[in-house]
Amino acid sequence: MKPLGVIATVLLPGFASAEVDGTAFGVDARNYDGAAWSPYLVGAGIGVLSWLTFYFADRPIGASSFYATIAGFIGKLISPRHMESLKYFQKTPPRADYGFFFVVFTIVGGFIAAWTGGEFRNEWLHPMWLDRFGDSLALRVGIGFAGGVLMAFGARLAGGCTSGHGISGTLQLNAGSWLAVVAMFIGGIATAMALFTLL
Amino acid sequence: MIGPGKAVKESTSAPPAPLTAGRLLAAIVFGLMFGFLLQKGGVGKYNVLVGQLLLQDFTVAKVMLTAIVVGMVGIFALHHFAKVNLHLHPTKLAAQTLGGLIFGAGFALIAYCPGTGAVALGQGSWDVLFGMAGLVAGSFLYAELSGWLKQTVETWGNHGKLMLPDLLHIPRAIFVPAFALLLLAVLFWLDRAGGHR
Repeated sequence: MKPLGVIATVLLPGFASAEVDGTAFGVDARNYDGAAWSPYLVGAGIGVLSWLTFYFADRPIGASSFYATIAGFIGKLISPRHMESLKYFQKTPPRADYGFFFVVFTIVGGFIAAWTGGEFRNEWLHPMWLDRFGDSLALRVGIGFAGGVLMAFGARLAGGCTSGHGISGTLQLNAGSWLAVVAMFIGGIATAMALFTLL
Repeated sequence: MIGPGKAVKESTSAPPAPLTAGRLLAAIVFGLMFGFLLQKGGVGKYNVLVGQLLLQDFTVAKVMLTAIVVGMVGIFALHHFAKVNLHLHPTKLAAQTLGGLIFGAGFALIAYCPGTGAVALGQGSWDVLFGMAGLVAGSFLYAELSGWLKQTVETWGNHGKLMLPDLLHIPRAIFVPAFALLLLAVLFWLDRAGGHR
């Protein structure tokens, strides 16, 4: 079995380093700072927030269409006629509406929580990324951008993201949302494990 | 706000409501609350999000499942008393399976999702900017292909509006509390199994 061991060590550096630090992926996410508050408190808060958004705004919580709206704005600057020919933007014209400002202020809310909690990071690479993948910013740019393209394409095809399907759709017991969120985590777990094993 | 006694719709998508001062205020207040809560829950952090996908840290699952239990019980109670509309996306088997898998693959690479990415930006995790550029590009890519996708993939296995209680032929009044107990049992098990050290 020695040749197999050699092959595994050469081909799968993730497994090789697993022997060194005792984790399967060369790094343990729990060694870095986690949540300031209990996940149950935060989850309950988001549940109550969903009651409020349904009652006062008649809208579920969602985030991914924000990026499509920005894509629409940019596209309209470049070629308004082409944008009007696209089915998605015919059905969902880009508008700075309720959902757009909801996400803008999600950014601000995240800033307020981080700033007041002494957790404002001001960093280009997270320590876990540095420890696992090194300090090449180009690698993070490439992987982050590719991830974003896949994520937005998938969200639009599925009709929502981890907020729109993962929280708002599931809590309404929408069958398609449960299907989408299970698919999201299957795809995510498989890809993350491959990334942290092979790269 | 929906007046009592008014018929409660189960709309697939809300009609485009004009952005009144009241709706803008709601977007500001609710957006601030959402971002604040997500940041406090640690789910704007690279290690917490990737840790979930590596099955090392279960914070994300705990936040989501708790939000689903609390949200579900309240929304169905409010809906029962005609206080809120439901907003259900149609169930499209192919689009949601494929879209979900592609989304997940992207999630593992960018590590932030559309909502938690907004929080990551707010907390100064600047690497999210590359992912956000990708999110805009990916949205555009979808729009370019949307004419074809809407005629092909998105028609495959389209079941329209479909809810779990109807799929299983169980009355909502029984399904909602039973499902809440099931999700609580999963949460209890996750908590016992251990998450963040």
